[in-house]
Order: sequence, then structure tokens, then C-alpha cells
Amino acid sequence: MKVELRNNKDFFTGLLFIAVGLTAMVISLSDYPLGTSLNMGPGYFPSLMGGILTAFGLYIMARGLIKGEKIAGAWGIRPLILLNLGVMAFGFLIDRFGLAPSLVVLFFISALGGKEFKFKEVLILTVLMTVASWVLFIYGLGIPLRLFVWEN
Amino acid sequence: MLDHLIFGFSVALSLQNLFYCFIGVFVGTLVGVLPGISPLISISMLLPITFTLEPLSSLIMLAGIYYGAQYGGSTTSILLNLPGEASSVITCMDGYQMARQGRAGPALAIAAISSFFAGCVGTVLIGMFGPPIAELALKFHAAEYFSLMVLGLVAAAVLAQGDMVKALAMVVFGIVLGVVGTDVSSGRQRFTFGIYDLSDGIGFTIVAVGLFAVAEVVKNLENTETTEVFTAKITSLMPTLADMKASVNPTLRGTALGSFFGMLPGAGPAISAFSAYMLEKKITKDPSRFGQGAIEGVASPEAANNAHVQCSFIPTLTLGIPGSPVMALMLGALMIQGIAPGPQVMTRNPDLFWGLIASMWIGNLILVVLNLPLVGIWVKLLKVPYRWLFPCIFMFICVGNYSLNNSAIEIYLTAGFGVLGYILLKLECEPAPLILGYVLGPLMEDSLRRAMLLSRGDPTVFFTRPISLAFILVTVLLLITVIMHGLRKKREKGS
Repeated sequence: MKVELRNNKDFFTGLLFIAVGLTAMVISLSDYPLGTSLNMGPGYFPSLMGGILTAFGLYIMARGLIKGEKIAGAWGIRPLILLNLGVMAFGFLIDRFGLAPSLVVLFFISALGGKEFKFKEVLILTVLMTVASWVLFIYGLGIPLRLFVWEN
Repeated sequence: MLDHLIFGFSVALSLQNLFYCFIGVFVGTLVGVLPGISPLISISMLLPITFTLEPLSSLIMLAGIYYGAQYGGSTTSILLNLPGEASSVITCMDGYQMARQGRAGPALAIAAISSFFAGCVGTVLIGMFGPPIAELALKFHAAEYFSLMVLGLVAAAVLAQGDMVKALAMVVFGIVLGVVGTDVSSGRQRFTFGIYDLSDGIGFTIVAVGLFAVAEVVKNLENTETTEVFTAKITSLMPTLADMKASVNPTLRGTALGSFFGMLPGAGPAISAFSAYMLEKKITKDPSRFGQGAIEGVASPEAANNAHVQCSFIPTLTLGIPGSPVMALMLGALMIQGIAPGPQVMTRNPDLFWGLIASMWIGNLILVVLNLPLVGIWVKLLKVPYRWLFPCIFMFICVGNYSLNNSAIEIYLTAGFGVLGYILLKLECEPAPLILGYVLGPLMEDSLRRAMLLSRGDPTVFFTRPISLAFILVTVLLLITVIMHGLRKKREKGS
């Protein structure tokens, strides 16, 4: 019997856990002193946990190969990419240009990830929320952010 | 206990704390009313901002969001058959039927009154059980602590809905993520890959916001269904005397069930509400009334979920062991403030413990006063489209996380955890156990180390100390029960 790997839910879950577990195990075994169980070094606990995670991963992967259950529903690739792109853009811009320009970019990119995009609505929302965030974060909570960064 | 409660009220009644209590329950009700925004999303999104507040104020506000959301959720369940929260799905069954029969007002009033009653009981229970549990826990040796954390994590994974093996694996995944950063005892940097921003570990808010808020919003945007909203009219709020009488016993039973489940790790308020409803249905003389607008079916689950929410603070505040992801976020809020969670909180920061308890009672009162007259406004809010809401959620996420350390790298990491969280959701791995493991991981490593040091490297220490042994035995028993149950189910299915 040939097992279909595409969209195999448990196969990929197992793969993810094995990848993380093995990475943790390999790095801690090769780079950090293991110590003894009496006096544990920095590598002891992570290599142990990495090993357990890998074992779980192997079990789940094997189960996936036997059962072959598929991932349900379509992937929301568009919101996934656009929303996280918006977050990244905010991180990139905030140091360089300040809060207001970063928020404008964040609102427009993330709103594009929604089901409907209405330019006028997003524009009004952006302006309102930028003002609100100035009042709330900078004025109200005293978070040291600047609306615009002109220098540098 | 009375002295302590009076002290708590004196702290909670300060103008500042009252203000944050109000903000908390207000935001909570809002969140509870709006579908698609869970208390988890809103608490994780507001978590970084609480850094600017005082520790007590931030806890009061976050707790207010949590129990406020239970109220808000029941409002939309009754009026619109639209549960804002998972725990109010049960309330829909009879609450909405009552509304359709023109009895929306009494349903709302009974829901509020039974919730308030449960909240009061919860407050007293925390005051009663908190101090002795904390006192006992202060005597715990590292070995007991380690075993207790193992029990807490296994119980949370086992009792959570979904696949048990995956939940356990997610706990371990969380523990592994918790290792990132500087090792406390050797000073060695682990898994930081030379990135300075990681030397203190991956920020708790980054993991929480990425996995819960970002991933949830992406998931919400992936399905294309739109819900239509019909509103029931509210004529009179006053329940009849017969309604009140019929609700007394169910409220008491719901409160008892909710308090019990609340103290257990892993069980969410939805479990409490559901079991309370089932209990009422089982003991009533005429079960056919359920689902047709039986007032007991509103009173009991509403009491249960509110009692649950209150009592879930007991293990969190006294042992430093969170039973649910929301409680993990509460501990995260403490840790952001530099307060190490555990039994010492009650002795070192008594204002925090008693102030929070008192504030929950005040908050419940505010909710009754606030919600019943304002029901109309809350319902109107439902018309706010999601496409306006989610960019605002992202504004809070970005500004909040950035303001913690002014680090752009942490913002990139947040996006990274958002992607990871979404992938995990698609693979049907609940993120809740991960966050519990993430919070408890460093504490586990520390107590494992100390236990082994004190026992001179003898691993049997976990079995020779009686309390530790008891925790281990309960853990094993729990696992065996669940596995046996699963096997029996499989066999029944097979035959």
C-alpha cells in the first residue's frame, strides 16, 4: 500500500517535532557541557527534552504513515503572508521613520490580507487609529515612541 | 481571612485600581460579545502594554478581561444564538430559546445573577484555600516541585481537547523553546545563535502573541463564511419569582462544579459549563424541557463558568502552576513585572494576592451593574465588521511588543511565531500546552537540577519522598485512565 504524503497531517506534525527535537539535541550535545546527573551542565536538560520531543515526533510520524489523515481545509496563504509581512514591515520601519508611517504601512498591508479591501475605509481607519495610538500609547501610557523620526 | 479580605479591598478600591478593574471588565465584555476575538487573543495582545502599569493594576485588568468575557459571551448567546466564547456555547441552547419566547430579559438577568453569585463564592474560596495551599507549597522541596509540575503539565495535556499525544509533544516543544537564552546556573548562552535579543530568552509576549493572536486572526480570515445577525427584543429585565426559585439550586450546583473543575489544570471553563448543563438535565424530572428554554439550563452553566474562571486562579497564584493558557498569560504578566510566580507571592506581595481577589468581586459587581442596562449597546457592537477589527489587533500587537524592549528583531520573531502558530493550528496541534510548557520549562530545569544536587545525583528521590511520589502516582494513574479509555473506545468502534 502506498501512502500519500502530500497534506498528511500527522506525518508533517511528526516531521516538525523531530526537526526541532533533533536540532535541540544535536546542538546541546555538541556545544554545551553535559555534566553529570549530580551536577547538570547546560546541555543536560535540553538534550533530554530534545530526545523526548524526537521520540514523540517519530511516534506521530509513524501514526501518520499508517492512518494517512489529511490536513483539513485550504491554507490561508494570503492572510498568512500579508499579515506577517505587515508585522515585519512595522518592525523594519519603526526605528527608521517613527510610529505614524509604520502604522500606515501596517494597516494597509494587513488590511490587504482580509477578505474585502476598501481603500477609503482603510484610510479612515488608519488615520483614526494613528491618532488613537498617539493618545493611548504615547500620551496616556507614556511609552517612549515618536510619531515621526526626522533625524538619522 | 476577614482581615486579609479587608486589606485586599482597601488596595483594590484605590482610584487607580478601580479604574483598571473597570477597563478590564469593559474590554472583557467587549471581547466576549465580539465573535472571533477570544480572551486569549485580547489578553496576549494587551500583555506587553501592561508592563507600563503597576503589577497589581495589570493583573486586575487582565483578570477583568477574562471573567468579563464570560459575561459578554453569555449576552450574545442569549440574544443572538451566537456564542462569543467557547464556554457560552451551552448557554445558547436554552438562553436563546428563552429569548425567542420573549423572555430574553429574564434570561439575561438570571445569567448575570447566577454568575455574580458564583463569582462571590469563587472569591471566598480563593481566600479560604489560597493561604493554606501556599503554606503547604512553601514546604515543598525541589523534588516535590518537579513532580508537581510534571503532574500539572500532563494533566493539562490530557484534559485538553484533542489529541493527547500531540498535546504532550507540544508541552515538550514548549519546554525546549523555554531553554533558549542564558542558562542560569552556568551563565552559558543556549540556542541564541549569537543574537543579542535572545540572551534573555524568547520574550514570553512574543510567543504568546504569535501563537495565539496572530495565528488566530489568520485562521479567522481563512474561512469565508459570513454570519447574519438577528436580534431578539428585550421587553422586561425582571425575572419572575418562579424563575428565581427555579434557579437557586441549579446555580448552587453549577457553582460547585465550576469551582471544582476550575482548580484542576487543563480543563477550560467550557468543560465546567457543559458538565453543569448535563447534570441539570440528568437530575430534572422533565428532561424534555431542556433545549426549549429551561431557566435551569441558563443559570447552572453560567454559574459554572464564572466559578471556574475565579477558582482557576487558586493553583496559579498559590503554586505558580497555571492550569490553562489564560492563566499562563497571567503568570507571564507577573514575570514581565519581575515577580517570580510561586507560593512566596502571597507572603512577599500580599497586596497583589488579596488586592486581585477583592478586585474580582468588585469587577463582578461592576459587570452586573454595567451589563444589564447596557445590553443594547453591546449588541449594536456586533455590527462592527471584522475587517476593521483585525488591523487594530495588529496595531496593539506591534506597538505593545516593540515597546517592551524597542527591538525590531523581536517584532520579526513575533511574525515568525505567528507563522509557526498557524502551521501548528493547521496540523491540529493546540498551542495551549506549548505555552504551559514554555512557562514552566525553566522552572522545571531548575528544580530538577536542585533536586538532583540535594539527593547527590540519586534519581529515586522523586519516588522516595511521599508527596513527590503521590504526584507521580496521580500522573501515572491519569495517563493509564486516559489510555485505557481510548483503547476501549477504539475496540467498541472496531466491533
